Formats: sequence, structure tokens, C-alpha cells
Amino acid sequence: MTTTSVGRPRLSWLVRLRRDRSLLLMTVPAVALLVVFNYVPLFGLLTAFQDYDPLVGVWHSDWVGLDQFRQLLGDPLFWESTVNTLYLSFVQLVLFFPIPIALALLLNSVLSERLRNFVQSVVYLPHFFSWVLAITVFQQMLGGAGVLNQFLRTHDIGTWDIMTNPHTFALLVTSQAIWKEAGWSIIVFLAALAAINTDLYEAAAADGAGRWRRLWHITLPGLRGVIVLMLVLRLGNALSVGFEQFLIQRDAVGHDTADVLDTFSFYYGIATGNYSYGAAAGLFKSIISLLLIWGANRLAHAFGEDGLYRR
Amino acid sequence: MTNALTIDRAPAAAATSRAASRRARRTARPTWEEPPTPAGQAAKGLTLAGMLAVILVPLWIIVVTSLSDPGAVNRAGGLVIWPDGLTLEAYREMLGDSTVRTSLLVSLGITLVGTAVSMVVSVLCAYGLSRSRSFGHRFVLVLLIVTMFVNGGLIPTFLVVTGLGGYDQWWALILPSAVSVFNILVLRSFYSSTSVDLIDAARIDGAGEWRTLWSVVLPTSRAVTAVIALFYAVGYWNSFFNVMLYMPTDSAKWPLQYVLYTYVNRGNGLPGSVNAGFGTTHAQTAPLSLQMAVVVLTLVPLLIVYPFVQKHFRTGVLTGAIKG
Repeated sequence: MTTTSVGRPRLSWLVRLRRDRSLLLMTVPAVALLVVFNYVPLFGLLTAFQDYDPLVGVWHSDWVGLDQFRQLLGDPLFWESTVNTLYLSFVQLVLFFPIPIALALLLNSVLSERLRNFVQSVVYLPHFFSWVLAITVFQQMLGGAGVLNQFLRTHDIGTWDIMTNPHTFALLVTSQAIWKEAGWSIIVFLAALAAINTDLYEAAAADGAGRWRRLWHITLPGLRGVIVLMLVLRLGNALSVGFEQFLIQRDAVGHDTADVLDTFSFYYGIATGNYSYGAAAGLFKSIISLLLIWGANRLAHAFGEDGLYRR
Repeated sequence: MTNALTIDRAPAAAATSRAASRRARRTARPTWEEPPTPAGQAAKGLTLAGMLAVILVPLWIIVVTSLSDPGAVNRAGGLVIWPDGLTLEAYREMLGDSTVRTSLLVSLGITLVGTAVSMVVSVLCAYGLSRSRSFGHRFVLVLLIVTMFVNGGLIPTFLVVTGLGGYDQWWALILPSAVSVFNILVLRSFYSSTSVDLIDAARIDGAGEWRTLWSVVLPTSRAVTAVIALFYAVGYWNSFFNVMLYMPTDSAKWPLQYVLYTYVNRGNGLPGSVNAGFGTTHAQTAPLSLQMAVVVLTLVPLLIVYPFVQKHFRTGVLTGAIKG
């Protein structure tokens, strides 16, 4: 197996199975867990076509066909969640997406290696915080009793309602996402920047290209593949904007602002015991998400990039 | 083919050493690069300082407040920005509180057990899939990757876990999320790039697959093992929604994050001061320094481990971070 395979007769599958049985055995625990907690739930999606009753289980619940979906499409709360999801996703895409690229370029231009390492280790840190912690930090800084309003009050400027204002909620959650994840997102772009051949810069500089022309003609094309890939992933996840983030802050701004598709499944499926309804909402979301990934990938291919998978 | 699979084509070791040498070259300004303008330097410096301040200043304020006595908190009218009368009183009070103490133990237990389970399962699976010509590996790989794009979603998973009797059980916080396919793919790409000669040598010495994994492959991939273990550990330490889903009522089983959520985020009053269960509204809010001490407590384990693992991010995870 480790010597060259050229000219070697192909082994029968029985021999190969015997040879690799320990390797296969090693994958069993992981596969077993995935089967139980990922594949069996797929089967549970059938509940979306039932009027699921926890007392009798999937086997004996009544089949209702597409009734749950019909009800879903007529539910204003569902449309509210869908609109919120798309809106919040769009705001995050526009405001969040360019920031890690800019920060990576900035960090890459810092000459001192020690400073660069220090900045990196600090900006990666919030990625490892839980959403509870991150939101607590925001609350303590910007909330009604937080540092900012404390300052404003002592100077008689009046208070600024940030954490509970539904009108600026999109900006609030986007800045939270940027605070927590923008630093970590740099890592991919830094890797791509490190892979750009420095000879290109030297040659361009010798030909008289200034700083900005080099950025435009060498750096950005060098990042193009990664940028497209990240964009594809972002679009594919457009319907999953920070679930826990909204769950925690829902009470502060009200459900009409903070309900997204995921929290909809939770509140109108599990919390009310209306499992089939929530499962239908989840299935609806999954199907649209798959279509989005597929579409974004087609778009990437149209631009001549690999995207998530090759053609 | 997903991007994660394409990592295979560029052996990680070569990629990182190339990156390292390039980084070494870049510590000095290249001769062809123009010297920076003072305005540009100032803008750059300010942006960097701003990035650091946005993250570090809030943490500083929280730590200082947790160390302040009630007088200092009163004088400051809330959070304390500058140390003024430091004391460990809040920490003493916090650790004397049975809910916080229990939740700390629960969190540590779930994190340790969960990380151990996840690592054993993931390392074995990743190694089992690392030979590009082994029998059946392609099938298993597809089985894994499909779950990255298709899943039952919230409610079917909930029904399966509760159907197996997971309600109010600790395993419900561990097993459903024990396998991260992404982490397995990262590990696998590193194991695939382990020198074939090394594995051959082990084979000639009579080592089986288990022995090879334990004494050859694992010792040569410590960095990536540490990073993946951190990813798993952080996931368990931060687990919050699973608790809301599977054990929302029994406060004696809550991990620390859920206590933080209930008593600080929702301001329900710490149980030390009042018997506050979930849903008791604003009975009596705990002193601010005590609340901040709970916040710091959730940070401490991370801050202890982080410096040791963080240095591997640049070399270790670079190739795998694409989807991070």
C-alpha cells in the first residue's frame, strides 16, 4: 500500500477489508454518533408532514400531508421571522464582511512580528467567548446601567438607549458579531496573504506601480479565491444568523424585531409543544439554505472560482 | 469535493514552513517598498490601538469592578474603571454560594468529559480515514460530509435526544454535539501528511495501526491536537442553548454559562441573596461586584489555556481555518 501501486494487481475487496479492518473499526464510534444524532433526526423530519403527538410517537401520529406548510405560509409571525432573518443577514453581510479583509491587510503591513502576534492573540480571543458572555459585556458597557450611560448621566447629557431599542437592533447585533468574530475571521485572509508571491510586488514596484496599484493588481487578485469562498459560505448560511445571540436578546427588544427562523422553530415548535409546526419551519429553512448554497456556488463558478466544490 | 478535502493537495508542513520563511523575510521592510507617510502611520497606529482597546477595555472594567468593594462601586455610580479599594470579597461570597460552586463543577466536568470523548472519537475517525487507498474510507467520508450540509434541524434532533431519555441528563449536553465533522477533516488532513516513511518504519518494526497512531502519528501532530482539543473544550464550556433545551428547570444541574445567563444577563438575583429560580423576576439583584465576579469566573479557564494553544493557531489551523 505504501510502495508504488503501479503495476500491482488490484486486490479483491475481501483482502482489502481484512487489511484495513482496524482503520474501519476506528471510524465506528464517530459514525455511530453521527447516525444517531444526525441521520436518525433526518428521518424525524417526517414529523413535518404529521400532526405529531409525543405520546404515540412518529409511528402512530396522524399524517396531514402539507397542512403544516400551508399553515406556515399563512402565519404572519413566520413571515416576520423570515423578513427579519433576511434583513439581519443582509446588514451583517454589508457591514461585517469587508472588515476582516481590511484588518488582515492592515495587520499584514505591520512590520514588527511581535506586535503582529500580540494583536492577533488579542483579536482572536472574543471568538472563544460564549454569546452569553459577549452580550453581558455589551450590556455592561452600553446598557442602561452600563459604563456609557453612567458617563452620560454624570455629565447630564441624558441617556442613550442602545441595548433595548428595536430600531437600531440590526446595528447592535452586527456590531456584536463584529466584536466577537471579525478578529477570528482575519485568520483565513492572513493565510491567503502569506501565500502571495512577494516577487510579484518587487517586480511591480520596479515597474513603477505605487502602493495602491499593487494593492489593486496583486493583493486583491491574490485574495479573490478566499473572498469568493467566504462569500459563498456566508450566503449559504444567510438563513442562520446568530441563533443564541437573538435568543438571549429577544426579550429586550421584543419578538417582532428579534425573531429569526431558528428562534421561530424554537418558540413556536418546542416551547409550545407544537413539534410538527416547528419541524416544518425547520425543513423549509433547510431546503432554502441548500438552494442558496447551490446558487452561490454556481455564481462562484460563473466568476471562474472554485467556490465550495469544483465543477 | 469540499474545500476541506482539497487541503490534502498541499501538505501542511510544507505550506507552513513556506509561510514561516516568508514571514521571516517580511520582518524587515522590503527595499522596494516606499517608506510610510506619517499620516498613514498614525492612521494605522490608531486603528490597531482601537482594535485592542475595544476588546481589552471592557474586560479590564469587568475585572476591576469584580475586585472592588461596595464603596468603590457606589462612588463610581456603577462599574469601576479605575481601581479604588480592591478586595476579594466578591469572589469569597461567590464561591461560598452553592449554586455557583455546583455550576462551576458541572461546567468543568462536562468540559473535561466531553472533550475527552470528542477527542478520542475524532482522532480515531480521522486516522481511520487518513489513508487514501484504504477500504471503504471514501464511503465513510461521504457519510460524514453530508451531515455538514444536511441535518434534521432543531426539532427532530430534540425529539431523538428526548426519545432516548436525554431530558435532564448530562449526556444530552455532550453526545449530540460530540462529533464535529469539520474538526475531523482538519485532523485527517494533518494525519494524511504524516510522512509515509515514518509509518512504514513503524510497520516494519511490527506496529499495528493502533500502535502507529499512538506512538508515531499523535506525537508528530501535537499542535493540531491541542488546537482541536481547545475548539471542542470551548464548545462544551460555552454550551448554553443545549441546557435551555434539555435541562431548563433543574438549577442544581446548570453549568456556569446558564447561571451567568440567569443571574447576570436576566438580572434575576443571585441565589445567595434570594431564592431565585428561573422566572423569578428581579427579586433582588446581586451586588454588581458579585455579578462581575461570575463573569470573570467564566473567563478564567479560557485565559489559562489560551496562551498555550494560541501560538499554534498560525501554524496549526491555517490550512483548516477556511471554514472556521
